[in-house]
Amino acid sequence: MVQVTYLDAIRQALLEEMDRDPAVLLLGEDIGVYGGAFKATAGLLERFGWERVIDTPISETAIVGAAIGMSYLGLRPVAEMQFIDFIACAFNQITNFVAKSHYRWGAPVPIVIRGPAGGGVHGSAFHSANPEMYFVHTPGLKVVYPATAYDAKGLLKSAIRDNNPVLFFEHKFLYRRIKEELPEDDYTVPIGQAIVRRPGRDLSIVTYAAMVHASLEAAEQLAREGIEAEVVDLRTLLPLDRQTVIESVRRTSKLLVVHEDTRTGGIAGEIAALVTESAFEDLDGPIRRVTSLDTPVPFSPPLEEHFLPNAARIAEAARDLARY
Amino acid sequence: MAVEVIMPQMGESIFEGTITKWLKKPGDAIERDEPLFEISTDKVDAEIPSPAAGVLKEIRVEEGKTVPIQTVVALIEAPGAQSGAAKPAATRPSETAGRPAAPVKAQTPSSQPSPRPEQRPAPVPPPSPALEGPAPEAAVPEEADEETVTSDGKRIRSSPLVRRLARENRIDLGTIRGTGAGGRISKKDVLAAISGAADRPVVPPHPQPAAPSGAPVAEAASAHAALESALPRERIYFGRYEVQPMSVMRQRIAEHMVLSKRVSPHVYSIDEADMTRIAHVREAARAEFEQKHQMKLTFMPFFVRACVDALRDFPTVNASVEGTNVVLHGEINIGIAVALDWGLIVPVLKNAEEKNFLGLQRGINDLAERARAKKLKPEDVQESTFSITNPGTFGGLMGLPIINQPNVAILGIGAIQKRPVIIDDAIAIRSMVYLTLSYDHRVVDGATAHQFMRRVKERLETWTEDVL
Repeated sequence: MVQVTYLDAIRQALLEEMDRDPAVLLLGEDIGVYGGAFKATAGLLERFGWERVIDTPISETAIVGAAIGMSYLGLRPVAEMQFIDFIACAFNQITNFVAKSHYRWGAPVPIVIRGPAGGGVHGSAFHSANPEMYFVHTPGLKVVYPATAYDAKGLLKSAIRDNNPVLFFEHKFLYRRIKEELPEDDYTVPIGQAIVRRPGRDLSIVTYAAMVHASLEAAEQLAREGIEAEVVDLRTLLPLDRQTVIESVRRTSKLLVVHEDTRTGGIAGEIAALVTESAFEDLDGPIRRVTSLDTPVPFSPPLEEHFLPNAARIAEAARDLARY
Repeated sequence: MAVEVIMPQMGESIFEGTITKWLKKPGDAIERDEPLFEISTDKVDAEIPSPAAGVLKEIRVEEGKTVPIQTVVALIEAPGAQSGAAKPAATRPSETAGRPAAPVKAQTPSSQPSPRPEQRPAPVPPPSPALEGPAPEAAVPEEADEETVTSDGKRIRSSPLVRRLARENRIDLGTIRGTGAGGRISKKDVLAAISGAADRPVVPPHPQPAAPSGAPVAEAASAHAALESALPRERIYFGRYEVQPMSVMRQRIAEHMVLSKRVSPHVYSIDEADMTRIAHVREAARAEFEQKHQMKLTFMPFFVRACVDALRDFPTVNASVEGTNVVLHGEINIGIAVALDWGLIVPVLKNAEEKNFLGLQRGINDLAERARAKKLKPEDVQESTFSITNPGTFGGLMGLPIINQPNVAILGIGAIQKRPVIIDDAIAIRSMVYLTLSYDHRVVDGATAHQFMRRVKERLETWTEDVL
């Protein structure tokens, strides 16, 4: 079978959903003729025509605004942010309008806003952000951030079929670095379900996106030292799969949260609070975090390397925690 | 007046005992110091003599029950005798049994509760620095989860999980040694304590030992799990089966073995000694020896003598370990494993280095007889510095024994058998024995062990001492 990259998995999901449902259409900057900055939409203009693959002006406000209008009229638009950093330009539409429309007026907004996020590719401060937490803090949205090609395809399909607005974060570091065989048949991955990527008895590493791979690498190293780390991939940040996290902590009694997002206000804080509320008496050590530093993403490769978490740093924190 | 009979403290670290047999029944007359009941504790099985003469009035703790020390187990109606309250010392049969080792400080908590009314059979001793380690009764279980300070005022470092597990399993955290960072009690430590692998895990749920049907406090914490924790949990109750609860002695053996294997990295050296010469010596002297001294002449004193000499030459084999200290013992006290129908015990032949051959044989026979008759005293099983076990008794060619803690080595003696041996390129029939030394590689290195064994072997093969 063919090995499918994370990026191709996204393209396949878009194509298959557009085939399946004529209401699905795409809009974004350079997604048509050029096929998208990362080629996530390559070939789709040729297949579905300009009415369903729409090149837009450079205005995220306009893109999201148009998508909202289309969704009101029964379409299911998928809007691309060329880099997810620029989703901030549409912050008002998303947080004040998209998130509240169904609540205020009974008018659902079944749109997907997707785009490349994350660092590790020397993209500097404007092209490397992880802005997911602004939206995790916004009731009315769903926030998805897959770590594998299988999940990217299955979750994007679920997002397109969902009647709620879904923000779909794609980690650009993973785009062409990971690949796997995917099922021939149509499949989806449910939104709101975390998954245990590796079972272990000594501590839980809860993480998502590119850090799943760094955490698995760390777990591999730790296993050679006799420490069995359980790695939980959240997959969806909102709604958060509390049950899987708590069950894992109950098994291992120790929790390390790892994310590429910066430290303060990252989801690690939320998960730490959740676990102390729900599983305090199962804890055999302090909840620890491995995250990026509280700075913008640096451009300089050595500085970016220092800024981002990596397997060695995860393993070090895990070792400390296991010994605690 | 009624005299209270209490569960004695048979050794400093002993906190409870099991009544294995009542030798009198209510209504029976009894003399002072006449055996009244048999007990089994973590260290010894013993007969307990009556503290007073009179009539056994009431048995309060049935056979098979385990109760904390100082619990009133029976009342004796002693006509004309002093009241129990007036004579608390009489209720300490361990002393009348001739136990000299009891340190005076250990009596401090026990001498106070004795005069109390009998409704308080297991009084909580005052928080006492007198007992070794924190007093286990100092924290009642209801407080255990909040207990973050030991009786000597040290803060206990644990975690929410550890405190919950301690509360649910009635464990006093003050009795657990933490192995986590900075001595913190970790989940692993408390689970080990629950499974019985720790030294002293359980706080009696409610001090109610007077009720004969009271919960058996020891059973909850019994060492049966010491083995279990070392094995994968697989289904064992299938098909037809019978469950036999371990005796106290069996539980202690299990605990001790698991502990020893965990603490000491065992290395084994095997050697072979030619016993032909000693076999001749023994055969020639046997009849006269037995007639003269009225006891058997066995091979054991030969081995003990050989070990004593070798231990003198290699003092690191006659040692103990505490933390980063190696304690080299000035005395040579040989623990000798005695197989019993109901288990195994290792009584100690004290100061073997000061005894002549006859003294060694007499000491060995005396210990073995008293072990089988359950007449050993606590000090008879303490303070060994080296041990010998004899799998050859049962025909074993050789054995690889587990070190008897806190020793650092144990000698295993195989069966003495005639074997063809090559001497100067000729095949001869010789009485041979395999000797195995299990030693703690933290302290004893291979070079030392082999030199030690060579010394033992030389001593056996060139025996010159008169045995009569």
